[in-house]
Amino acid sequence: MSASDLAQVPGAADHLVSTAPFDPTSAARLTPEQERFYLASQWMLMWWKFKRHRVAVVSGIILLLMYGSTLVTEVLVPYNLHTRHTDFIYAPPQSVRWIHEGRFVGPFVYELTKTLNMETLRRDYTENTSMPHPLRFFCNGDPYRFWGLVDMSFHIVCPGEGATLFLLGTDRLGRDVLSRIFYGARISLTIGLLGIAISFALGLVIGGIAGYFGGWADLVIQRVIEVIRSFPELPLWMALSAVLPVTWSPILIYFGITGILAMLEWTGLARAVRSKLLALREEDYCTAARLMGARPKRIIGRHLLPGFMSHLIASATLSIPGMILGETALSFLGIGLRPPITSWGVLLNEAQNINVVALYPWLMLPVVPVIVIILAFNFFGDGLRDAADPYR
Amino acid sequence: MLRYVVHRVLLMIPTMVAISIIVFVIIQLPPGNYLESYIAELQAQGESVDPQKIAFLREYYGLDKPLFEQYVRWAGGMLVGDFGYSFEFNLPVTKVIGDRMLLTIIVSGITILFTWAVAFPIGIYSATHQYSWGDYGLSLVGFLGLAIPNFMLALVMMYLANVYFGTSIGGLMGPEFIGKPWSWAKTQSVLEHAWIPVIVIGTHSTAGMIRRLRANLLDELQKQYVVTARAKGLPPRKVLFKYPLRMALNFFISDIGSILPHIISGTEITAIVLSLPTAGPMLLNALKSQDMYLAGSFLMFLALMIVVGVLISDLALVALDPRIRLQGGVAR
Repeated sequence: MSASDLAQVPGAADHLVSTAPFDPTSAARLTPEQERFYLASQWMLMWWKFKRHRVAVVSGIILLLMYGSTLVTEVLVPYNLHTRHTDFIYAPPQSVRWIHEGRFVGPFVYELTKTLNMETLRRDYTENTSMPHPLRFFCNGDPYRFWGLVDMSFHIVCPGEGATLFLLGTDRLGRDVLSRIFYGARISLTIGLLGIAISFALGLVIGGIAGYFGGWADLVIQRVIEVIRSFPELPLWMALSAVLPVTWSPILIYFGITGILAMLEWTGLARAVRSKLLALREEDYCTAARLMGARPKRIIGRHLLPGFMSHLIASATLSIPGMILGETALSFLGIGLRPPITSWGVLLNEAQNINVVALYPWLMLPVVPVIVIILAFNFFGDGLRDAADPYR
Repeated sequence: MLRYVVHRVLLMIPTMVAISIIVFVIIQLPPGNYLESYIAELQAQGESVDPQKIAFLREYYGLDKPLFEQYVRWAGGMLVGDFGYSFEFNLPVTKVIGDRMLLTIIVSGITILFTWAVAFPIGIYSATHQYSWGDYGLSLVGFLGLAIPNFMLALVMMYLANVYFGTSIGGLMGPEFIGKPWSWAKTQSVLEHAWIPVIVIGTHSTAGMIRRLRANLLDELQKQYVVTARAKGLPPRKVLFKYPLRMALNFFISDIGSILPHIISGTEITAIVLSLPTAGPMLLNALKSQDMYLAGSFLMFLALMIVVGVLISDLALVALDPRIRLQGGVAR
């Protein structure tokens, strides 16, 4: 007998009984906003949380820009990686000016004239302020082969005809430092990504074995990690990269160095994976899966990994800066990457002694992008780590 | 307690064996053996090679023997204080590295003290004044300390010290003390010269320690016993100093394990830039000229320093923290 039938009983008191059909889910029904929130996927929640962390978002944008720039480096910079200007060795940075003799000209530079100072035997550069050389935009300059496929000579900015554009000065072979910093980003940035990919895989597999199987496998892996961690990182990196055969080509050395960096970095990730797995494998849903006959591979991959993947990505992000710094230090010491492969560390190799600091301080500028990228990765990783725990 | 100490020391043995195996592998990695290239080099320079000496060295290292035997010879020699022979210096390794290792230990030790002295007040300030301008400012400085490669910092500091203080800070002691036995005056000279490397090496680990101390103390300050103490009307200073700070002190000791490898790495590269007479520059040279027994001994020593440092910090923690001492567990 339904509510509407009751109401029709003759003589029944006219009390407040709703005649609407009863909906058992009415109390649990969500407003559209609540629905959006409660039904959101894990990654959606992370994204919302991450967006609130302003510094992390800005760092993410900086990282995107820096990595994006490596795709189109040739177009962005005025000169090629190896273009030499033998008349402008150790030229100081040129500044871009706008106003020439009270008249607005737009961005231009003054020509540099070189005199050899016979007392100090230094090249002195002075600006010849008689004539402005306006910069050219969207112009043709040094030819290059874009992505190794297309011959092009298009640049966003070039020096004026017959003039030079060394915004950050030149090095001992007269190569433009700014252009070289942009090209160096390709190597320095990818070495971090490639390295973390290797150590991520290693950490995941080794930590997974230790955490899931426990027992003697865990014991052995724990000891191995302990041994690796009791080496001071840099000296061991130095030793390993010093024994890379001298006959290797620079590109092989690049992969060798990346491998060496990754070989020592996986331990932190493996520890994180292990401790998380140890905690998670005791959970009921894991027991249930095991009772239903799931094999370890499926339990780890399908049930356990998604539970802490976000944490792993965050901690992996936080260990990229260490690798970039490691490569920079090795190349700075001259036992890392070798020219013609150019990374920021290789560039800093030119700034090895105090004379450079005193005489050609612009050669130290490649350290600026190193600092920026490390700060950016740190803040970005912090933001990711906070976001990885969306319910807190 | 005694059982724990013994257990902990015994545990070091397999670790050291494993480390020595890795170092031995690194020594063996360069193609050919050093003796052959050494002979070739001498002959190329037109010097005569004393066949007796070559035979002695070959016998000494067992270079014709299988690898395993060579390893046992090398590792066994280390146990009795014989670290092999440096081909570059033509001297036993022990003679070459003794003083340098001592200075490395001294510089690292001072750096740890510096890290503590700086990180402790700043960490407490940051945690108790969370989200204040001071906190933000100090965090920014800390992040910069993490991000600036310390070899660059060393270069710039060396330049600034030269320009503003007129001191040449290359080296770790006055020139008159080099090669002299240790005396009070020499110690003083070392301390006078050590401050720049200490600051340069210390920035990175200090920055990291401030961040971890701040996070730890913040967690502690949110615990219920702190709330209770505050609700009962204890003055804020006493609330801070009586309990949460003691927890933080424990953390200071246990954190040595994570900052020591960084400090030693930092000491090496800073020493190379500042050309300090510690292990760094010689290790780099040994690696570049593939003088592998010398390089291997340095690696061995540095790893031993870390293992012993961690051991000391673990034992200190046991002595300090009644929870660990009474339960016999290890907080690691």
